[in-house]
Amino acid sequence: MTSSAAELKTDSTGRGMALPSARRLLLWTGLAVLIAWVLVPIYLVALGAFGGRLGVFRWPKSIWPTDLSFAAMSQFLAIEGVFNALVNSLIAAGLTVVFSIALGAPAGYALARYTFRGQNAYRLLVLLTRAFPLAILALPLTVSFIRLGLYDTPFGVSLIHTVLALPFAALVTQSLFMGIPREYEEAAWVFGCTRFQAFMKVVLPLALPGLAATAIFAFVISWNEVFAASILTVRERTLTAYLLRILAESPLHYRFAGGFILIIPSVLFIFAVRRYLFAVWGIASK
Amino acid sequence: MADIVIDRVVKEFGSFRALQEISLTVNDGEFVALLGPSGCGKTTLLRIIAGLETQSSGRVVIGGQDVSDLSPRKRGLAMVFQNYAVFPHMTVFENVAFGLRMQKASQADVKRKVERAAALLHIEPYLDRYPAKLSGGQRQRVAVARALAVEPAVLLMDEPLSNLDALLRLEMRTELKAVLREAGTTTIYVTHDQTEAMGLADRIAVMYGGKIEQIGSPLDIYATPATRFVGGFIGSPPMNFIKAQCSNGTAKIGDATLPCPMTAQNLELGLRGEDASLSADGSGLPFDVRVVEPMGSHLLLTGAIDGQLARIVAPPTAKVNAGERVGLTVDPARVTWIDGSTGRALARA
Repeated sequence: MTSSAAELKTDSTGRGMALPSARRLLLWTGLAVLIAWVLVPIYLVALGAFGGRLGVFRWPKSIWPTDLSFAAMSQFLAIEGVFNALVNSLIAAGLTVVFSIALGAPAGYALARYTFRGQNAYRLLVLLTRAFPLAILALPLTVSFIRLGLYDTPFGVSLIHTVLALPFAALVTQSLFMGIPREYEEAAWVFGCTRFQAFMKVVLPLALPGLAATAIFAFVISWNEVFAASILTVRERTLTAYLLRILAESPLHYRFAGGFILIIPSVLFIFAVRRYLFAVWGIASK
Repeated sequence: MADIVIDRVVKEFGSFRALQEISLTVNDGEFVALLGPSGCGKTTLLRIIAGLETQSSGRVVIGGQDVSDLSPRKRGLAMVFQNYAVFPHMTVFENVAFGLRMQKASQADVKRKVERAAALLHIEPYLDRYPAKLSGGQRQRVAVARALAVEPAVLLMDEPLSNLDALLRLEMRTELKAVLREAGTTTIYVTHDQTEAMGLADRIAVMYGGKIEQIGSPLDIYATPATRFVGGFIGSPPMNFIKAQCSNGTAKIGDATLPCPMTAQNLELGLRGEDASLSADGSGLPFDVRVVEPMGSHLLLTGAIDGQLARIVAPPTAKVNAGERVGLTVDPARVTWIDGSTGRALARA
């Protein structure tokens, strides 16, 4: 996988060099705009987080950080409960990733490979879970979570987040598996694989990039979700829920610090699996 | 090595009958081509033999063992797919080794057999590469090597050359024939290309509408088609069919007469374009030439016999002009008489 991803990258730059100059200019302008679109807000947040109390209120903003300090950041991290909330968030998001892949990928595979009665109804039903406003479900959910002993645990939060991420996981993996020709599997069967072996040896490696992308989305959905997390927890809050509560009463540069900390894990996670994200396009072009 | 017996296999998709009671025996080491237009059921039949599709009724017996209900991996066969299905995430070596690895062959064994298959198909230089870096023809070779590496008792091929360009197809066809002869594997080869079937196969089964219309050696099928469909499907140009009245053993076509079997009134004369020759004196079947196409090796004449469309092949040096009426000499032994109502050929006299 590593080498093929690397090859793909050199491939695409090679193609870029061959473009006529006008199109190349357009390409690079577009790239610059996109990069700025993503990076400028993050940069401003970072500036606020590290610029200290004065930096936040200075106008006009300086482009380069003046009096860079980790004071706000370290003070923020030192706030009681932040670290615990961070851990809770990671646990909830991690479990959400595991559950939504473990449940969503088989559903997507079934939708992609088999025709069965009620297939379209099922597809709709999967989406319908997102049509239910969480606010209506909040109270009954809280009650049953308390009864089941799931209340105020990251595990309980991750179950709700899985529900939110699952439709997405099922439908994305469906199109993912549809993009892998059935002939690959059939060839594997003919050459001695059971259905399961064929899946593990042939389909899974080819689907891995797409599954990684699905995992990222599940992670981000869970990481960013604040409503269910706020309702279903009291002490064991996830970071977003915790920050929502404490930041309302905090000075502005603490809020920036909090925002920055919220951004970091998603960025790191995406960075970690970026290779698979690049390879998604490689699969699509084969 | 194994023979294949297909015993009254039926396949239904809902109310549609894709295969109607197909029976076919392929001998050990024989190369049989399933030839037919798209939608005739040939690929379905192949997939049933492979176990990728389940028959509605009937049996498939390979090497004396009834495999009708076995999964593909237990049938002891290998297959080459139309789109090659070479695994993109494995090197060529691992692709060719795939079947052997599944059989848990020892490392040395795998290496030896992969190298032999690779040598057979001239893909040794690419063994370390990924399929994405190969051309269509090279991928095709990998697919065939992967199938041959397991030394299968039965090799199934589903239009393996149809994705190659014309020149490469010709080259691969020749090579495939040599390779398969050397391997001596029982082979079933699905194609819609008659030249492939004619060139490669020991026997051809011509399929149409879910049935086998005729099975026989390429020359048999060409010279003595069993039905109107076979005559019209095989040969380029296809066989001409001229309606004729037959009475007392003579058929009258225009002013000319031909001996005919007198079993039916509503007859058609099946005539191959190259089985008629231009007569020197203009006698014989009257042929109104409309178009003359010089093809290099021959002249292709399109025109009408007794008002019915016909294509005739003439020597390249023949002097024929469009709009002319010429006479055709026909060898009565080389024509096929077809019952116009059933479409079946009549027994030869």
